[in-house]
Amino acid sequence: MSDSDLLLSMRGVCKSFGVVQANQQVDLLLKAGDILGLLGENGAGKTTLMNILFGTYQADQGSISIQGQPVEIHSSADALELGVGMVHQHFHLVPRHTVLENLMLGRPGKGGRLDQTGARDRLEEIGKHYGLKLNPDAIVSELTIGEQQRLEIIKALFRKAKILILDEPTAVLTPKESEGLFSALRALADGGMGIIFITHKLYEVREVTNRVVVMRGGAVTSVVEDPRAVTEGSLAQMMCGHELTPPEKTTSQLRDPLLKLSGISTRIPNRPFLKDVDMVVHGGEILGIAGVSGNGQRELADVIAGILPPSEGKIEVKGNTITQSSPRKMQKLKIGRIPEDRMTTGLVTTLPLSSSMVLPWINHPNFSRLGILRLKAIREFTEAMISRFGIRAIGPEVRTGTLSGGNLQKALLARELAFDPEVLLASQPTRGLDVAAADFVHRKFLELREAGAAIILISEDLEELFTLSDRIMVMYEGCVHGEQSIADASVEKIGLMMAGAEAA
Amino acid sequence: MDEILSQIFHIGFFAALIRIATPFILATIGELFAERSGVLNLGIEGIMLFGAMSGFTMAYFSNSLWLGVLAAMLTGMLMAILMGFLTVSLGLSQHVSGIGVTLLSTGFAFFFYRLIFGQPSTPPNIKAFTPVGIPVLMDIPWVGPVLFQQAALTYLALLLVPLSAFLLFQTPWGLNLRTVGENPHAADSAGVNVSAMRYQGLMISGALMGAAGAFLVMVQFNAFTFGVISGRGWVCIALVVFGQWGPWKSAAGALLFALIDALQLRLQASSAINLPYQVFLMMPFVLTIVTMTLVSRNARAPSALLKPFRKEER
Amino acid sequence: MHLRLELREHTPLWLNLALPFSAVLATLVLCSGLVALADANVIDAYSKLFLSAVSSRFNMVETFVKAAPLILTGLAVTVAFKAKFWNIGAEGQLLAGAMGAAFVGGIESLPTFSLVPLMIIFSAVCGACWALLPAVLRTRFKVDDVVTTLLLNFVIFYIMTALLDGPWKDPLSGYPDSPDIRMDAEFPILLRATRLHLGVLLSLVAAPLVWLLIRRTTLGFSISVVGENPEAAAYGGIPITRVLIYTALISGALAGLAGAGEVGGLHFQVMAGISPGYGYTGIVIAMLARLNPLGVVPAALFFAIVVTGAEAMSRATGVPVFLADVIQGTALVTMLIAQLFSTYRVRTHLSASE
Repeated sequence: MSDSDLLLSMRGVCKSFGVVQANQQVDLLLKAGDILGLLGENGAGKTTLMNILFGTYQADQGSISIQGQPVEIHSSADALELGVGMVHQHFHLVPRHTVLENLMLGRPGKGGRLDQTGARDRLEEIGKHYGLKLNPDAIVSELTIGEQQRLEIIKALFRKAKILILDEPTAVLTPKESEGLFSALRALADGGMGIIFITHKLYEVREVTNRVVVMRGGAVTSVVEDPRAVTEGSLAQMMCGHELTPPEKTTSQLRDPLLKLSGISTRIPNRPFLKDVDMVVHGGEILGIAGVSGNGQRELADVIAGILPPSEGKIEVKGNTITQSSPRKMQKLKIGRIPEDRMTTGLVTTLPLSSSMVLPWINHPNFSRLGILRLKAIREFTEAMISRFGIRAIGPEVRTGTLSGGNLQKALLARELAFDPEVLLASQPTRGLDVAAADFVHRKFLELREAGAAIILISEDLEELFTLSDRIMVMYEGCVHGEQSIADASVEKIGLMMAGAEAA
Repeated sequence: MDEILSQIFHIGFFAALIRIATPFILATIGELFAERSGVLNLGIEGIMLFGAMSGFTMAYFSNSLWLGVLAAMLTGMLMAILMGFLTVSLGLSQHVSGIGVTLLSTGFAFFFYRLIFGQPSTPPNIKAFTPVGIPVLMDIPWVGPVLFQQAALTYLALLLVPLSAFLLFQTPWGLNLRTVGENPHAADSAGVNVSAMRYQGLMISGALMGAAGAFLVMVQFNAFTFGVISGRGWVCIALVVFGQWGPWKSAAGALLFALIDALQLRLQASSAINLPYQVFLMMPFVLTIVTMTLVSRNARAPSALLKPFRKEER
Repeated sequence: MHLRLELREHTPLWLNLALPFSAVLATLVLCSGLVALADANVIDAYSKLFLSAVSSRFNMVETFVKAAPLILTGLAVTVAFKAKFWNIGAEGQLLAGAMGAAFVGGIESLPTFSLVPLMIIFSAVCGACWALLPAVLRTRFKVDDVVTTLLLNFVIFYIMTALLDGPWKDPLSGYPDSPDIRMDAEFPILLRATRLHLGVLLSLVAAPLVWLLIRRTTLGFSISVVGENPEAAAYGGIPITRVLIYTALISGALAGLAGAGEVGGLHFQVMAGISPGYGYTGIVIAMLARLNPLGVVPAALFFAIVVTGAEAMSRATGVPVFLADVIQGTALVTMLIAQLFSTYRVRTHLSASE
């Protein structure tokens, strides 16, 4: 196929960040009307490649041609000129501005003023043509996540994009909303657009794409011309290079209830409210909490972590009611907490690893006495954790931020497990980790469960929830919308509950 | 009490109020542009001083007040570019960079003034801007003398308010600038050059701060003294917060502050109240702190304020 | 051209020392331009600037005397900045401490042996209180500490001059200054025929003590974490508000001690000009020292030398004495830039052709 028939061709793209080779000699071809799946696990290089296409990064080597013409993309402005649009995983919207203001961003006005009427007209046109409608005067922070994503797509259409890149778009959608997205994409492709769909979810690839490029470790491992003709298993092989063997899970041995929340409500402005949440978790079980992000899971995690004091309701740990929760109190009560953002809330990137590791335990007699630090003990503890958890770090004094994502998560895990917690709260524990690291984390959770601890696993990854949980609870609009034991649960039922419907 | 009120509230007082408010309006709106683009410009105090000094010097030697204003604005822009280099290009702490720019600008102001003028027994002075009356409008009873018999720079400052509002909220440039201050990644992926916009915001702030300094030495006083700014720059930082980062409200804050300042001057002069003059000098600062306290809790600063923009971080 | 920053695994010692030196060198090179503008010989001017301090035994000791308040304000700012409590108010806290010391030093009824210790303690308390206010405003009302600490400098200056013009005026003097403290309240001189007073010793002892605080105590650890990442600190159970308050108190106390030294060891009274910007210079010193308490001492000595030498240089060469101020500002800016290299490896990136 010559380049002139193609909408897009990327050839021989290479990109390194320091010693990490994010892209190695990658080729990618796209025709008009294609929905190309870019499949790979976290860290495979998919997002890097697309960021090069969108001008956020510059490749070290390689060439890009659009509609047969070689092009140089030095910035997002260039990419937009050339008709490339991107919907990022974390939306690039301004929450305080209106839909219209977000659409007018970066575009020339009319006679020095903002072209409001022109923008409104175009928005209406797009709504009619593609079925993607939004209220132009709505404030973005008040839109649902699905609507915000729609806005991102409309932004690309506004710029007359010919090539649309979507980076893990279904991560924030319910199964039903995902369906809606897929139909919209099919309509766009039928209209002549070329779509690149980055994902790590196998069923999506078979659902909506007509060609798949599989990446692993920065290189393309295979190109599949008809994803539906291939089994999920073989796709997984191409993605991970080995068979996925989920860890063994023994039947749960339920022990006493360790943590109980009754009637918990929170009322913090600008954040989702929790409404009358009841939850119980027993020793020896893993309670999975499912839900599309933004439905209160974060607030629930913060309440359990002690950072967010509830305005109503009761927290009981091992039968004792806690009056004023605080992180320190929760720690003392042997509740380990792994926060969602490991770089911002969990660890301190500019301080040495040893500081990050002992942060919550600084007043523990092991690490200080009468206010004086026991530096040797701290160092030895860090070294022990490095070896026990297989953390790849040169030593305890390296700056925390120089570790890779997987190792950071191991460090966090090591820290929280250091003093044998009885309850472990884990929020999005394997986000951004490659399969080996994720597997390590999963195995550790199961070990803990065997030992009789309780684990609360909040995750947007349904696969992870289904592999590990004994029970799955669904959060929707700040309430517990339903609960199923793992035996009764199915992706369909959970998906329905995540979208607010009743499960059959 | 009546006596005090009548001594204070007459036309001269209100005319003086507008005059006193002018440098505050100029510098506050300048700071506003910088902060709206995401950069806290703590170089304000030093830039105002250095602007005042260079403006005065140029006016003294060229006999042209307007050349002086120009020199002041250029000086301000220059220091603002330095601020931009530190905070935008290098991504250094905006707090410490600002203090650095203030110290450096102050040092330059003192050094160059001494170098050029030495230490004469009578300090050099210039002929200040005379008020320019606007025909017809200045004859309106009461409002006329207050608003329409001011120095030209004051008219510019007052016009700056609606102009800034228009620029910020009705033009693509303004939308891009505000977005750079709220979510620079969104701006970047929409093709806006974040660094360029922040530099532009800073340069505007530097120019206006320089102009504010020039006003002080060419209208309010007619000479440059080392203490000519005396904390006014810091007050403007507070006024931006008070004004919730909007031009009209910030200008209103400047007027309110000028009211306190003017009042304090009158009370000092009036024989009715017998307090050491320092109490009056102190009042504006104390009130600024009090106001900040009341306002800060609900302040909604531009979301990206104080955060350097680094492309490869997300 | 665009910069890419990579976090360094750790900062080697040689780099830690080389960076302030390079900053100072760059400063001197840049400021030589100003000397040239003043029509003076650069070598001449700089040698006068730096060598005055070592030109005699008395002068060398004087350098330490001048450095004492700078060491203390430098330490005050170091502690505060470590927690990202932007204390620009060391100047005002120094004045508070000075007033406190002068007040105690003038009390007739106190027994001799208690005077100096009480002056020291009370000055620290006064300085701490003056720093407490902006800290509370920040923690409870989210008011920006840069602005409040700055404005409070002006407020206390006016309070002080109001007192010195009025109830606290020395009836014997024509100037607005306070009466002298008691003879027996004067700080002991440690070296004959010099002005080396107790305050100097205090400052030299304070530096290693503050270092121990930061490096070896749980409070010091908490201060570092709160400064580097308050969210992670909160999540990990560190009481941020309490840590910030303690930081402010310690910072203010150190600045207050600087005031005590000036009153008890040098001027024996309070006057309007008692601090020619020591609090602000302290900021530059803290940054030059890279927020390391031990580094504050050489940095303070550097500035003491520059400030002492500036007068002599100005008299001899005609270069305005304010060269010292420009050196101060330039040093802060160059050090800020140099600082970047210690935490990050800087890679420049030409907008490449693919």
